[in-house]
Parts: sequence; C-alpha cells; structure tokens
Amino acid sequence: MKEIINKLKNMVNVLKVVEKHPDLFFITLDKEQLVMALGYLKHTLEFKHLAFLQAVDYLEDNKFMLTYMIYNYELKVNLGINVFIDREEHTMFSIHQLWAHAWQYQRELHEMFGIDFPDSPRVNEAFILESWDEMPPMKRDFDTLAYSQKTYYQRPGRETSDPKEKMKDAKYPNYPESPKIRRDDE
Amino acid sequence: MNNKDLKEIEKQMKLANEGLPEIERDLFADDRPSRIEPLNKYLEQFLNWARARSLWILAFGTGCGAIELRPLMTARFDAFRYGIAGRPTPRQANVFIIGGYASLKTIKRIVRSYEQMQGPKYVIALGSCTINGGMYYDSYNTINRIDHYIPVDTYVTGCMPRPEALIAGFNRLKEKIQAGECDGMNKYADNFDWYKANQKRIIKDWNMPDYNW
Repeated sequence: MKEIINKLKNMVNVLKVVEKHPDLFFITLDKEQLVMALGYLKHTLEFKHLAFLQAVDYLEDNKFMLTYMIYNYELKVNLGINVFIDREEHTMFSIHQLWAHAWQYQRELHEMFGIDFPDSPRVNEAFILESWDEMPPMKRDFDTLAYSQKTYYQRPGRETSDPKEKMKDAKYPNYPESPKIRRDDE
Repeated sequence: MNNKDLKEIEKQMKLANEGLPEIERDLFADDRPSRIEPLNKYLEQFLNWARARSLWILAFGTGCGAIELRPLMTARFDAFRYGIAGRPTPRQANVFIIGGYASLKTIKRIVRSYEQMQGPKYVIALGSCTINGGMYYDSYNTINRIDHYIPVDTYVTGCMPRPEALIAGFNRLKEKIQAGECDGMNKYADNFDWYKANQKRIIKDWNMPDYNW
C-alpha cells in the first residue's frame, strides 16, 4: 500500500495520509487533481470499485468534505479520498465518466447538500425530496426541528426524558455521583 | 334559485383535477367521494361480521414496519388462520397497513393507494412514527401524524411492534368492525376538503388527480 501512495505522490499533491487499519487508508487531495488521481487509481492501480461518495458539512471551517471510497479487489484494500471544497462555491467535478453509477451519488449530494456537479446526468431530478423548496436539509445550518414543527402537525402530549436520568430515578435512587467524575476524566 | 346558480353549485361540487395536464383530466373522476349510509340494522350487522373475517391487506410496505408483515404472513404467525391475507393491488385490498414512518415522497403514494382501495376500507397505523413521529419527530421528511392525511382506524404502538402486537391490532380492528365503528371511508368523504388541504399543504407538486377510485 505504501508503494501505491508513493506512486500517487509522484503524480499528485497528496496533502495527508491516514492509516486507520491495514486495509483502510484515507488520503487528502486537491480539488483540481482529484479526477486525474481517480482515473490513475482506477486504470493503473486497479482500484476498480467506487463503493460510495459522500459529503460532510464542516460548517465552522466553511467547507464541505467529499469522500470517495474506492476498493482494490487484488489487494483487498479500501482507500478513501478526501477533498475539501468551499461551502459557498460548492461546485465539484463530476466523475460519472469513470464510474457510471456515480451520477446517483452526485444527484443525492446535489439534493441533500446543494453541491453542484456540472455535466452529471439527471443531477437536477428530485431524489427523495419531491417538491422541496427550502435549503438542502443535510446542511448543518438547516433547522430540521423548526421545519418539522412548522410543516407537520404535532400530536400534543409527547414527552421526552434523558434515559440516564430517568433510569437513575426509577431504579437507582442512591446512585453515586461517579458518572460525573468519570465524565470529567474524559 | 335559477338555473345559473345551480350550474355554479354543480361546478363547485366537481373536482378540478388541477394537478393533471389538460389532456389527462377527462381520464379521471371529477366526482367527490360520497358518504355511504349503512343498510338496515341486521343486514349491516351480518355484513360487518363477514367483513371482519375477510381482511385483505394491501401489499405496500411504506416504512420499516413492513418487515413485520413477512413473519405475520409466513409459517410462525400465519395470519391466514384469522382470514388475513395479502393482495397485490389496492383494488383488491381493504386493509391498508401504514408500516412505520411515512416520508414526504411516500405520503403521496399512500394517499393515492388509499383512494384507489374499494370500500369499506380500514387503516392500521403501525409503529410510533405514524402516531407522533416517534424517533423521527424532528425530521424534515417524516409526517408526524398520519391521521391528518388519511383516516386511521387502529393504532399499533411500538418501535417496532412485534407480529403478536400486530395480531392484537387486527383483533381490535375486528372488534371495531363488528361493532360498526370503522367508518373511515365516510369520515374521509365528510371531511374531504380538510384532508385535501392537509395533503396539498405538504405535497407541493400536486401532479395527480384530486380523487381516484
């Protein structure tokens, strides 16, 4: 695996390498070099399988992180490729030329995070949110509780309780304060 | 009241089917659902007795709860001994089990399937999500109360309820049918405007007929 990453380093600018397990690696690449690197990994280094493509919203850093998880059937190694894109510009290169099924992931990301993938087929079709007219719901600044209360009818009488406190009161009234001490230690 | 007024009232009683393209409007009904009064006492009692023993479920799993319908149908719980069987289309079914959460996309299909079912028809709402949203109470995509969109006869609580609970729900439904208390269809017809307003409030691209049987 080190060989592969060294080969990749000769070709593109690898910002960061993390080894989670012997068979699970994460590398961070530049946005512009991603499609080239993925093509190289697929055609030359035998990473034939795109397992998934997902996004994480880093609201504090004003960035989206896209993760392309690919798999090598020869070496049985997972490789996750992280790319940070700007939260305001949110445009990314489409990879449906490399893996045909990527269009579906890109369509989902377009709906859930509002990330644009120009040239990706059928990217503007509704995925699960038909007739959605709010901001994309998986963005972290979308207040889903407020939206739910505004849109759907609440049934009165709903109660929520902290399971820990409830069980403490119900079963162990003399429960010592030790969990709090433990929490401080953490 | 002159002829013009009568025509105006008649027009208001018709459904516009505005969600459909112009060319398709003639293909669908523009009549409102109408209330069906029960027959005379003893005949209705006999019919209810018969209805309670022939519950045919619509095979439409709307959420995760539909997974409980498989053990219900197969060898272990064998619901067929109670006269409960699955049917492939809404036209042949008279019980609709809302299996768990109903999302924005599913509620559209639920409404359409419910309206296509033949009366008398009954709805069992399965799981906490159909009652008050359950663990998805704050989700942007889960309908919190299903009874604001279609009438519900019986609720089965739990997350998930086991097939035994579902059988208990069926028994409760049978009791209610025999007592003549399940008139969800008439309730839907009587409060048609309220139900439609609620449905159209969340289904913003209304591209189906206003009522279809």
